Amino acid sequence: MTGAVDVIERKPLFEGAEWDFDKIRRVHDVIEEIAVKELGLDIYPNQIEVITSEQMLDAYASVGLPLMYRHWSFGKRFAREEALYRHGLQGLAYEIVINSSPCISYIMEENSMAMQTLVIAHAAFGHNHFFKNNYLFRQWTDADGILDYLTFARDFVARCEDAHGVTEVERVLDAAHALMNHGVHRYSRRAKDNLADERRRAEERRLHDERTYDDLWERVVPKRQTEDIDAAQLEKERAETRRKLGLPEENLLYFLEKRAPRLQGWQRELVRIARHISQYFYPQKQTRMMNEGCATFVHYEILNRLHERGLVTDGAFLEAMHSHTNVIFQPEFDDRRYNGINPYALGFAMMQDVKRICTEPTDEDREWFPEMAGNGDPFGTLREAWANYRDESFVLQFLSPKLMRSFRLFKVLDEASQDALVVDAIHDERGYRELRSALARHYDLARQEPDIQIVDLDLAGDRRLILRHIVHDGVLLDEPTCKAVLEHLSTLWHYGLALEETDAATDKVLKTHEVAARSH
Amino acid sequence: MNIIDRRPNPKGKSLPNRQRFLERAKHEIKDAMTEALKRRKVGQNASGEKVSIPGHRINEPSFHKASQGGMRDYVVPGNKEFVVGDRIKRPPSGDAARGGEASPEDGGEQDSFEFVLSKEEFLNLFFDDLELPDLVKTKITDQESTQPVRAGFSVNGNPSALNVKRTMRNSFARRISLSRPTLREIAALELQVQAAFDADDPEGAEQTKLELEAALRKTRRVPYIDPVDVRYNRFERTPKPNTQAVMFCLMDVSGSMTEQMKDLAKRFFMLLHVFLTRRYKHVDIVFIRHTSSAQEVDEETFFHSRETGGTIVSTALEEMMRVVRARYNPENWNIYAAQASDGDNYTEDSDRCASLMGNEILPISQYFAYIEVGAEATLRHGYPSAPTDLWRTYDAISAQHQNFAMRKVADPGQIFPVFHELFSRQRERAA
Repeated sequence: MTGAVDVIERKPLFEGAEWDFDKIRRVHDVIEEIAVKELGLDIYPNQIEVITSEQMLDAYASVGLPLMYRHWSFGKRFAREEALYRHGLQGLAYEIVINSSPCISYIMEENSMAMQTLVIAHAAFGHNHFFKNNYLFRQWTDADGILDYLTFARDFVARCEDAHGVTEVERVLDAAHALMNHGVHRYSRRAKDNLADERRRAEERRLHDERTYDDLWERVVPKRQTEDIDAAQLEKERAETRRKLGLPEENLLYFLEKRAPRLQGWQRELVRIARHISQYFYPQKQTRMMNEGCATFVHYEILNRLHERGLVTDGAFLEAMHSHTNVIFQPEFDDRRYNGINPYALGFAMMQDVKRICTEPTDEDREWFPEMAGNGDPFGTLREAWANYRDESFVLQFLSPKLMRSFRLFKVLDEASQDALVVDAIHDERGYRELRSALARHYDLARQEPDIQIVDLDLAGDRRLILRHIVHDGVLLDEPTCKAVLEHLSTLWHYGLALEETDAATDKVLKTHEVAARSH
Repeated sequence: MNIIDRRPNPKGKSLPNRQRFLERAKHEIKDAMTEALKRRKVGQNASGEKVSIPGHRINEPSFHKASQGGMRDYVVPGNKEFVVGDRIKRPPSGDAARGGEASPEDGGEQDSFEFVLSKEEFLNLFFDDLELPDLVKTKITDQESTQPVRAGFSVNGNPSALNVKRTMRNSFARRISLSRPTLREIAALELQVQAAFDADDPEGAEQTKLELEAALRKTRRVPYIDPVDVRYNRFERTPKPNTQAVMFCLMDVSGSMTEQMKDLAKRFFMLLHVFLTRRYKHVDIVFIRHTSSAQEVDEETFFHSRETGGTIVSTALEEMMRVVRARYNPENWNIYAAQASDGDNYTEDSDRCASLMGNEILPISQYFAYIEVGAEATLRHGYPSAPTDLWRTYDAISAQHQNFAMRKVADPGQIFPVFHELFSRQRERAA
């Protein structure tokens, strides 16, 4: 099917709404031609899988992954999605795409051929390119290994359930799930995990643990000799312990997996599995807006080109554009439908805007973006952005005054002590930079998620674990959920623990949550 | 590019997870179901049930920031008239203006969690550890009724069971082996005869004519279909387990029964029906109401019309026996009965009731449940002054019959526990 994008060929690739495998193959090949040769995309090999709506719900339930270990929370998710879907409150996504090599895109059998075309351009090329090229994915995820690793995880969990009972396994997994958001390395410390090796290493670790098992840790909680304590000496010892244990540590799951004294080998492995899966999703959480923007931009570009060349009919094009318009709809703040900034809308708008700045810059653009305004290479510029930015830095770097005006963005300050909100910046000359950096901050996960670290451990005493929440702007943790999570944490740690909420500016402890040691 | 059709893959990949979820939330779901049951009709259990359960055991907590307190900022789209320094009234409970933050959809602080149970799941949970006593009727293994099941072919049988395909196959084989001339061959010979005549070749014509006659003779000797070809579908009668049940609802509708008591009775009947449809493929319901006389009625009349008159319970029992004799042969039907009454009975009727129950009804019934519905007042203040007439009568019988049970119910909340108790496996009968 090479050479299909021929100016002479004016015949549409398909007519009517029905799709079949042959049409999909033909459309895919033509899109690939455009995507690779004209837009310069670089993709993993594609694997397109056709599924039913039932199977789509299944896929939703297992957090979008094709296989997953068993856990009740996935059943809960399924029940909720199903209820929403059956009551017509929520449509299903047209597609799910998995960051793996080959890149798997699920498309639904209910879609019309026009929608399949849109979905293939969106997922199999847009998302696919982003997964393969963005630095966060390159650094943190192993597209080749993820499916094998998930198989290993599923089998391992099943084996543990056979050996130790479902309840015991659930206890550990529940706890690990509660800490998943705090189970990621935010900064690269070593080469990315090779998930294929992971399986072999898991086995080695288990053998090693069996050989070197020492139950002293479990049996003896040393008593502190209250006499002759030299405070300075003690503090020195504790500092030494902290150094040896690598404290402070913000990856709570990592610390527990390595240091929790009473976990057994298989329990550590379960914690590790949760941690790996969390890490796998971490880049997606940081690049959601860009990822969707990239995919939306790519499908828009490709569909327009197909239409210009007469390769899709007017009807099919309009159907696809109708759906496109719905996806990028941004309700305003006083609209009942408003639920934050739509990542599709902002991402797509910003990328269209970059294209405009590259090709038809205004004076304002030249002033704000001297290095890219009018460079005449919109796709090169975008590819560069897709590869090297995440949501936060992308907004900080590329959000233009024109776009802030067209979104009519404004910033509101909410101080608990005041009885009214104050408008702090709007889309005008004085507000652009403030707006832009404030919006970027909202995309910074490290700032959005509470900053919690393990800071100390009384190894010589009662093994109490001290965590610290560094409080910014006086925003404390939500109390009920915090309590629940700490309970989970203590199932893994087994000894007492305390979480101090400390003000970032003054180091003052604002609040302390404590959980007593488990009695055995 | 690879394209794979996953549609034939097994469905329900998340079914095990769903079961785990239900298992985990079992307690809450059961409570929710008891509520839901109050709204249903006796026969209405063909659908699933939407339940809403409180979420504490199925919460998935994670650390997140409180939604109030401290200082925060939002960046939002759609500015119409604001300029820097404007003050806006705080929107109620902070859910309105959320900036670029991800919405806390996975926050796990939902108060309740709503989803739909399938019919199967609903009933499974409903009857979790319930079991009717002596549930498997001896008749089920007795092979009383049978149904025809295909069992190959036979050479004789009913014309309606003729298997054309088999018959024609045999006929074809026989015709080939006995080399019966085909129609085409005969037509060809006829043409040859004609051609010979036309060619003025009397000798050749005679020759082919003889051949044609030989062929026609053979055709007559070897019939197109011979009785030996004929095959019939063969059926075997295989015993069919008894899978039908009839449920008798007996209720006193005399003036002494209030709406509230009837409502209680209805719920009990409903539970029994749900239970029976679970066990049997086919369940009939017969409603019999009685005052001083009894009659079979439809559900609407049963629950909603009012009658006046005295109370003679035996009339209802007789009516039930009449219906059984007319329509429900105990050989083929599993008979269940539930009776609801406030316990009033004409004193002289007691002996008649006892003998009807003991000698006729209980021997043919799988199970007979009697519930006595009482006004809340009489039961709430400790013990009712004295057992009612009917209670005393039945009490005497209950000791000798394992398939008879009786309970008192005073308010809707007690229905489910009572039902549970009546049918629970570990039921220890007070002898």
